[in-house]
Formats: sequence, C-alpha cells, structure tokens
Amino acid sequence: MQALAKSTPESNMKKYGSSLAKFQSLIALVILCLTISLLSDKFFTVDNAWNVMRQISVNICIATGMTLVVLTAGIDLSVGSVLALAGAITAGLLRNGIEIPAGNLYIGFTLLGAVVAGLLTGALLGAFNGWTITRFKVPPFVATLAVLTIARGFTMLWTKGFPISSLGENFAFLGTGWFLGIPLPVWISGIIVIAAVVVTNKTRFGRYVYAIGGNENAAKLSGININRIKIAVYTIAGGLAAIGGIIVTSRLDSAQPNAGITYELDAIAAVVIGGTSLSGGRGSIMGTVLGAIIIGVLNNGLVLLNVSPFWQQVVKGFVILLAVMIDKANSKND
Amino acid sequence: MLAVENITKKFPGVVALNNVCMQLHAGKVNAILGENGAGKSTLMKILSGVYCEYEGRILYKNKHVSFTCIKDAQECGIAIIHQELNLIPYLTITENIFLGREIINTWGFLDKKAMRQKVQSLLRKLKLDVEPDALVADLKVGQQQVVEIAKALLTESEVIIMDEPTSAISEHEVEVLFAIINDLKKENKTIVYISHKLDELFKIADTFIVLRDGCAVESGEMAGVNNDTLIQKMVGREIKVMRKQAAQYAHREELLRVENIGLKHRGKSGENILTNISFTLGKGEIVGIFGLMGAGRTELVETLFGLHPKRFEGEIFVEGNKVKFKSPADAIDAGLALVPEDRKKDGLVPGLDVKKNISLTTLKDLQVGGLLNENKEAELAEKYIGELKIKTSSHGQMAKNLSGGNQQKIVLAKWLAKGPKVLMLDEPTRGIDINAKNEIYKLILQLADAGLGIIMVSSELPEILAVSDRILVMAEGSITAEIPVSEATENTILKAAIPKTI
Repeated sequence: MQALAKSTPESNMKKYGSSLAKFQSLIALVILCLTISLLSDKFFTVDNAWNVMRQISVNICIATGMTLVVLTAGIDLSVGSVLALAGAITAGLLRNGIEIPAGNLYIGFTLLGAVVAGLLTGALLGAFNGWTITRFKVPPFVATLAVLTIARGFTMLWTKGFPISSLGENFAFLGTGWFLGIPLPVWISGIIVIAAVVVTNKTRFGRYVYAIGGNENAAKLSGININRIKIAVYTIAGGLAAIGGIIVTSRLDSAQPNAGITYELDAIAAVVIGGTSLSGGRGSIMGTVLGAIIIGVLNNGLVLLNVSPFWQQVVKGFVILLAVMIDKANSKND
Repeated sequence: MLAVENITKKFPGVVALNNVCMQLHAGKVNAILGENGAGKSTLMKILSGVYCEYEGRILYKNKHVSFTCIKDAQECGIAIIHQELNLIPYLTITENIFLGREIINTWGFLDKKAMRQKVQSLLRKLKLDVEPDALVADLKVGQQQVVEIAKALLTESEVIIMDEPTSAISEHEVEVLFAIINDLKKENKTIVYISHKLDELFKIADTFIVLRDGCAVESGEMAGVNNDTLIQKMVGREIKVMRKQAAQYAHREELLRVENIGLKHRGKSGENILTNISFTLGKGEIVGIFGLMGAGRTELVETLFGLHPKRFEGEIFVEGNKVKFKSPADAIDAGLALVPEDRKKDGLVPGLDVKKNISLTTLKDLQVGGLLNENKEAELAEKYIGELKIKTSSHGQMAKNLSGGNQQKIVLAKWLAKGPKVLMLDEPTRGIDINAKNEIYKLILQLADAGLGIIMVSSELPEILAVSDRILVMAEGSITAEIPVSEATENTILKAAIPKTI
C-alpha cells in the first residue's frame, strides 16, 4: 500500500501476509490430506494418489482454459456441452465414419483423424463464443450459456440420444493407459498445465490476457487487439474442453450424450478456489491446479469415508464458498 | 455552525489534507476554492461521512461529531451534492428523492400519493416545472441538479455542500441555481460551495477558504478580496518552466496535419460532436488545446487516436502521408501516442506492477525466441523509473499503490518506450501534486526539444500558457481560435472558449 515503501515493518507484514495468502490453498490442501489420512488408511497410498490424479485430469484440462477466460474477466459456461459434443464426434467418426447417402460415399476415420476432428469441434465452438462476445458484444455469460444449449442439442442430434460405445483398444488407451509409470490422462493434463504456465507467465499473449482483465480500456489504448486475444482465449478454452471430452470418452469406452453436465461448475470452482478473481486480471494457472486437486481430494476423501453423495455435494458447496470468502477478505486488505 | 479542526488525511503516497482548519457559517455561502487536486473533494468527503478515517475533529453546532457513514452525516443534517450526480436515471423524480426513506402506509406498502405531494411542493419551491413522475433520465443536467437539491431539502438538511454545481449546466440554469441558493440562505441554511470559477464566486459567495496542496492557505470575506489575489493564493507559485528556444525549430517540419476532422454524434444522426477541425503540428512543437467542459477536447484526441473509426470524418496526414486509423493499434503504428485523461480508467492496469505497465506497448521487442525476457523488461522499467524519477519501492510494486503523479509518469513511460513521433496528452496533470506537475512540464519541454510533436489538452489556463507554443481554443466541437503563445492572454483564450449558442 505504500508508494515509497522502503522496508518498513508494515510493508514487510504486508509482503509476508500476501505470500501467506498465496500459499493458503496449499496449506488447506495439506490439512485436508492429513485429516483424511487420519480417518482412512486407504487414502495415503500410491494407488489412490494416481486414482485421484486421473479423476481430476479432465477437470484440470477444462479449468486451465477456464482460467484464461476468467483472467480476461469472462466466463465460459459451454465447456461441459462442448466436452460432450467433441467426445461424441470423435467416437462417432471413429466407429461409424461419415456416410453420405446421396453420393453413396463413405468416409472412414483413423484414430488420429477422429481425435483431430473432435478437437476442431471444440476449438470451433470456442471461437464461436469469442466471435459473438467480441463482434456483437454479447455478455460472455449469455453467449456461452447459449452455446451450452446449442452444443448439447447437437450432441443429442449426433448421437440420437444413445451412447456410442466399443471404440477399440487403441482409443481406450488414451484414457486408461500408462506411460513411464504415470497414467496417460495425467500426462496430457500435466503437459497442458506446463504449457499454460509458460504461456501466461512468459509470453506476450499471456501478458495481454492479464492486461485485458485488469483494465480493458487501458489495454485497448495501448494498441492491444482485444478482440483477437479474447477470441483466442475462448478458442483455447473450447479446445481444452474437447481434450477433456476425448479423455472421458476414451476412459468409458463410450461417448455419453449426457457427458459433462455441470463440469463447467467444477471448472469454475477450481478457478475460484485457486484464487483467480472473477472480475479478471488476477490469478494463476497453478492456483487453479491446486483448486482442482483440492476438489478432487475432497471428493475422493468423502467417498473413502463413506459419506453419502448427497452430503458430498453440500460439503463441496461450502468449500467453494469458504475459499472465495477467504479470498475476498484478503483482497480487502490490499 | 460547522467547524473543522486540524484535519489531516493521508492516502498512500500523498497527503491529501494537511492540518486544515475551517469555519462554516449559517445563512452564508461558504466558498471553498482550490485547483484540481488541492484537496477540496477530500475535505467534503470527510464532512459528508464518505471517509471516516482521518486525524483531527469536526465540530457541528459546537459538538464534536464523528461520522462513520454517509447516513450518519445525513441524519445530522449534512447533505452533499456531488459533482457527478447520484441519481438513478430510470426511476422517477419522486422515487429518487425518497430513495432509502420511502413513506410506508399502514399496510406496509409505498404511500405513493403522500410522496408525490411532498415532491410536488418541493419542486414548486425550487421552481422546477416538471412532473414528479418524470424519469430522471429525461431531465436536463441542470434540472437533475435541482432534483439533488430537493433531495437535500427533503431531509431538512442544515448544511448543503455543492461540489462544482455549475460545471455542466448552462448560464440560464446557473441563474436559477443562484436564485435557489439565495432562498436557502434566507432560511439560514449553511451552503458550502466548491468551485474554481471565480466570477461565479464573487456573485454568490460570502466567505471563502483557499486550499492548496492539501493546506488551507487563506480565508476571509469575499468582499475583501479581488480576482487576482485569489488566483495567486490558489496557484501559489508561478508555474516555473524554462521556455525552450523557439528559434530552434523555426523552420518546422510538418509532423501531423489534420483536415476537416469531424466526429458524428453517437445517437443523433446529422449532429456532430466535432466539426471541421484542421490544424498542423510541427516537429518539436507543443500545441495546447484549451476548451471548457464539453468543448470536445477529449473527443478530438480520441478521434485522432483511432478510437471512433466508424463516426470519423476528414483526413489525417502523418509526415505528409495520408493515414487511416481503424483502431488505436493503427495510430500507434503510425507513431502516435495518447496519455488519456482518466489514467485510472484508461491509462493504467492497476493490478499489474510498474514494470508490466511500462512494458505493455513494447512487449514485441522484449521477446527472445517467442518468450518474454524478464531481464530486458526489468531493464526497460528501471531506465524509465530513473529517467522520469518515478517514486516506487521497486519495479515489482503494483501500479495502484503509487500516487497520482507517479502513476501518470508510468503511463508516460509506457509511451516514451514506444518512441512515438506525436505525443498527445489529455489533462496530463489532473489530480497530481504541484511538484509532480512541474516535473511533467519539464519533461514535456524536453521531449519537444528532442523533436517530438506534442498536443496537450488542458482545462487549466496557466498550464496551457506556460507550456504551449501555440494554442488552439475549442468550443462546441470546433476550433474557435488559434493563438501563438506570445499573443495569448487569459482573456483572449476565454473569450474564444465560451460557447455562443446558449
């Protein structure tokens, strides 16, 4: 708070306090883990650790994209539906290909082709979000809410309401396989996280994302092409949701028309627990990862402790509330 | 009636009020004068309970009071009419006036009839000829101001503070306002009148106090002073700047030429905010643009900077080449830079640190292999922190924690790093202290000496006169006069700045 702050005791306190705030979610996680391992001997095992990591990898994919969106002071409610559609497209193409009755044409898809098509679907829907938000100034909440419905509708149309299953061993490997002793989904989400950390901290694009969320007017007057950055951010969010969709589909060996419902809420929860401000400009990818892990560990712990799923939801809700309340209390001191 | 004793209020990095004492008298109009940033608004916010942490004390009717919120002050009978009116546009006059203190009937519902009657009598008293059910959004600014006054009268306020009440209203509306103030005086109300329009104060005020850099430097009866003494008290010292050698750029190369610039009105078709503006700017030249509020100064620099491409008319030439700006990015590429009027809203990213704010325009040059190089970035920041004497604990300090003057220097640094040819400054010294002001003047002159063309928009005459080589005066969206500084006086400039059509 001090303009001329040399190291006064007060500014030291502040510095100490703010770094404490940075680590508070980490501390919360440690306390959470200790508590659960005291109550259940199944928690602190290698198997369970991988289990948790694999479970949260999808949320980490989505929440990473969501973090970028939220940093620009936006929100993306469509990711759950986008995940479902991308998964369904990939599964459908892989299993059935495309038949065009008019030309008596059949196009088959390789594994790679189907996955790429799924990713493009997600990126395209994300770009559409970005386009309506920047070109027509539709508030992000509304624009992505519309796409939430649109993408779900397309998923139903594409799958005709039935799961698309039996997708082959190779495809199943993506979601269930191991590589160098680590589950493949954990590799995928890990690489995404590392890339996102580098992008947010080390690139011009990342800096612009923070600047736009911090003060859009100033960013615009500094010559930053706001629209281009925002469209890119929503496109990335859509693409990452699609990756999540492919992982989910592969793990279940089936594309469910109802896949991903309320996943956007888990992603947003991870983002806010991780300390990213919904008003934009402040937050980090690693915070979000921590947030996702907290949610994952909490879910896992509650299951291990035989807490009823109904109570699990109640607890999760209160944890989100608590996290944001603590965050607000901290930023008020700023 | 109301006395302030030894009030001191500090903000991070700046002392807004320093040991201020003041006496306000009932049945009189008490004027508070001072330049922008002198501390007037801060003092009023303390009196009206907006700020409750300060040193010193307030005596009201000889009793010590301390307001913890606006409502406290209201209940004591102190009402403030802010410069930016605090009305809700899509509620009616009645709903606005009774907001937060609605009359409830026995059933627990709103007693609209009673409220309407009360408002009607208030409006009649204030000679405002509109229906109580009219939407505030449909009223003129002057009328809205009267509604604010009605709001203050409803609560039987004893002290009514008016913060720059005439800044946005026409001459006729000013007369109506003064008539109302005179009536209020007769009812023995205490009026606090904040303004820096001196001629107005001589008409309406009884006593005055001058604030400068947070200190009360003079007070007394209006009858005992004249215009010049008050100006001297407000400004304190002359703006000290070394005039640059005018001869140095005697044969000026043309940097910027604009021809017949116009800006269409956003809502009303066929109307223009700016019309037919043409001027040139030479290398090393400082052109000052002066105009009263609403003259279109800010709109002009915004238009030149590519912010209103769809409503733009006319032609811009940079170094003789015709250019067309679709966005600020285009204008920046052509060598223009704009330090905006409202640095908090448009200039700074407050949540980023000093370094990241300074580097925002030049990140392209700070990359190595596609990644930002932190050392280069820090070097750039340190360079400008040193050159512009930005007072900050480090380049990692959040921009929002710096004082106004230092924030302004950050915005300047951001643009200097870009190496522009034409630097446009919109009210570059608004709300910053006198030392920082002088530093910024010095910097502007240095930059001009280094060959930049500078356009400085300002509403402060002494500043315009001290720094410019040439002065363009605007009124109602057009340039009404172009005066070399050697021939300019406050009078000639003001004459050209006053709108003709009211």
